[in-house]
Amino acid sequence: MDTHLTDDVVGPLPGDYKSDVKPIWCPGCGDYSVLAGITRAMATMGLERHDTVVVSGIGCSSRIPAYTSVYGYHTVHGRSLAVASGVKLARPELNVLIFGGDGDGFSIGGNHFLHACRRNVDMTYIVMDNQVYGMTKGQASPTTEADWCESKLTPEGPGVNPIQPVALALACGANFVARGFSNNPNEVARLIVEGVRHPGFSVIHILSPCVTFRPEQRNWKSTVHPYGREPTDDPNEAMRAVLEDDGFGLGIFLAGNRRPFQPESAATRSIAQIEEGFAV
Amino acid sequence: MTVDSVTIALVGSGGAGAMTAGQMLLDAAANVGWYGLMSRSTGPQIRGGEAAALVRLSPTPVHGPGDRFDIIIAFDWQNVERFAAELPLSEKSVIITDPSQGEVPAVLAASGAKQVELPIKELAGRIPGGRVNMVGLGAVMAIVGLPRAGIDAVIQKALGKKGDAAIQASNAGIDAGSKEAAGWNLGLELAAPNKDGAVRWNISGNEAAGLGALKGGVKFCAAYPITPATEILEWLAPNLAKTGGKLVQAEDELASIAMCLGASFSGVPSITATAGPGLSLMTECIGLGVASETPVVIVDVQRGGPSTGIPTKSEQSDLNIAVYGLHGDAPHLVVGPTSIADCLFTTQWAVHLAEALQTPAIVLSDQAMGQSRAIVDKPADAPHKANRLLATDLGGEGKYKRYANTESGVSPAAIPGMPGGEHTADGLEHAENALPSSQASDHQKQLDKRLRKLTSYDYGDAWADVEGEGEIAVVTWGSATGPSREAVRRLEAAGTKARLVAIRLISPVQPAKLAAALEGVTKVLVVEQTHGAQFHKFLRGHYDLPGAVSVFSRPGPLPIRAREVHETLLSLI
Repeated sequence: MDTHLTDDVVGPLPGDYKSDVKPIWCPGCGDYSVLAGITRAMATMGLERHDTVVVSGIGCSSRIPAYTSVYGYHTVHGRSLAVASGVKLARPELNVLIFGGDGDGFSIGGNHFLHACRRNVDMTYIVMDNQVYGMTKGQASPTTEADWCESKLTPEGPGVNPIQPVALALACGANFVARGFSNNPNEVARLIVEGVRHPGFSVIHILSPCVTFRPEQRNWKSTVHPYGREPTDDPNEAMRAVLEDDGFGLGIFLAGNRRPFQPESAATRSIAQIEEGFAV
Repeated sequence: MTVDSVTIALVGSGGAGAMTAGQMLLDAAANVGWYGLMSRSTGPQIRGGEAAALVRLSPTPVHGPGDRFDIIIAFDWQNVERFAAELPLSEKSVIITDPSQGEVPAVLAASGAKQVELPIKELAGRIPGGRVNMVGLGAVMAIVGLPRAGIDAVIQKALGKKGDAAIQASNAGIDAGSKEAAGWNLGLELAAPNKDGAVRWNISGNEAAGLGALKGGVKFCAAYPITPATEILEWLAPNLAKTGGKLVQAEDELASIAMCLGASFSGVPSITATAGPGLSLMTECIGLGVASETPVVIVDVQRGGPSTGIPTKSEQSDLNIAVYGLHGDAPHLVVGPTSIADCLFTTQWAVHLAEALQTPAIVLSDQAMGQSRAIVDKPADAPHKANRLLATDLGGEGKYKRYANTESGVSPAAIPGMPGGEHTADGLEHAENALPSSQASDHQKQLDKRLRKLTSYDYGDAWADVEGEGEIAVVTWGSATGPSREAVRRLEAAGTKARLVAIRLISPVQPAKLAAALEGVTKVLVVEQTHGAQFHKFLRGHYDLPGAVSVFSRPGPLPIRAREVHETLLSLI
């Protein structure tokens, strides 16, 4: 991780990490602020653009890579964490961040989320949760309330309980787990910086309203509240606290001590030596 | 009087050691200078169940399974009816049976094969630590005339760790079996080996594919186990590590192909191996590789399908999904090795092509090649290496065009770490500068470019194995090549000229090259191992086949045998 520039040295500016591409998002979308938080975090850390890779799946928030000026890979629905794991395992010296939404991460990509948490590759996952599939015009996601009846697909409501991403991340073994709110890009940036600097797999759950299909989420600004505890390095303690949380507590829940997964290898044999094993 | 080829089945339920005996027989034959092929027939059981080692030995290279079994030696007859159809016999065959294990099953006895009794269990029982498979191995060695010296090093290698007592028990078992069989005079003594001094290898198709990946320059593999491809991954795990590469076990095939794309996006040549069910799961990401122009190699060791099908038995029925399985217009590479040894060349070539053309390459191996082991001449070194065209002039800020519309269709790649090359690779259709675009002109331009880079590339002579001359030709691919090659040579030996064209480069198609290879041909026989004649239909869709076309197509698990191809050719003349 290239973090030689500290916060008080004049370094790159957030704008240096933005591309010229205009986002496809609706006016008022929370993702604008998250993007601002992301570029602010990159500037704070002074990440080298050419040594930074951002990976995403499919969905509104997964469009972010093209809105940045670093290396990006906009992949297929649900597979961003697996693609990003390949990047980081093959090139450990790169900074790897992943962006996506609740459907991409916890529904179609659920299995990869489980295994990314337990594998603990040193990368940071920023998941923007708006409790709806926005790009396909408003269907229930795995974080949607059971009685949300605004979708033509499930007019009586999805009828199943939502996933709580922070609890899921802890249960699956993520090493750093935090929650932020898009309305406060400075805090989003701080959480991302902490997550990137923390070794292992970091999950930053960001409440990011969809004002088009979930206009009531505009009220989140009066619903969120500080989580109110100091970060712990004990997953059990973090889990106990999260089970008491209402889903709107903001802050760092866990900054754990698990060793990141990074297989090492060094060339000790030539291919010719390996081939000798086949000789009769 | 000696024979030029002998085919042996060592049969026994789990624990009898049939596979071990077959392996040792092949190794010993290699040590004395014979060529050989050993394939496996097993049931679905993890341990136990029916099992047979199917071994063919010859003084000349062995291309495929024998026409029929000359010798079947059974340690017991449990469940043999489950794969009796895979054990063709004739009245010239010999069944060696232990009277303590009951009668020879009627399905085999009906062949009229000669039956010879050998009290295998009793002989083994007289030796402390004696095992039936060593007694059987000794009998087979005596029948085919394999010198006793050939087995010593094999025993040492197989049992050295188990200590002197185990070695003595094995030696005693082999001697007991050999002594009993010495006087049988079955006329199955194999002709003397041709000791030309050249180096020979003892290798399986799956090992050869793994080696091909290494030689091509692969440094990353993401793996999810699946029969019959797992041995590629298990071979690569230690050998990638020894050569500075990495293998990681993924949570599923969706992840293994995605991890490979990620590693390759960051510039590291990558491979994964799977079978039909895994290939089905991978198809979406293979399409991403096509659209984002990210090279990756997928080895599909085909097995009987559809669905779970017959995991332990071979078929060539993934041809359609490999060629046509991606949604959208998604040109990519599909290649098929034509022999066990060729799994090395073809996989190495696939790595080279995928990297040169910045696109996915599917290598269609199959269970018959992957899980069989052959004694072959050491394969020649091929020059093919991963060599991706990298951008050298990244220009100024924002000037780099990842998907530049070049004449060749190959756009110089920038990989992370290269300043000025920052871009977002995308599965969304895009403009030359990599930004998403749904414009008709950009779609047309990128579709043309992705097709052009494949069709304008010079693949050289490796597109097919083209052999022989004459007006009748066999057109085949994959593991059907071996028996086809042997059938063509039999025809030639009897004075009829014939050609063999085994297509290695399945996609993109090479119509001009096939037309040249079939110039003057009036009769074509297409040989393949599918139920739906997938290869024949594929040829019909893309090639003009000259003259009268016949098809020999049959699904697995029965292997195609040279005799069947030969007889079909004779019926066409």
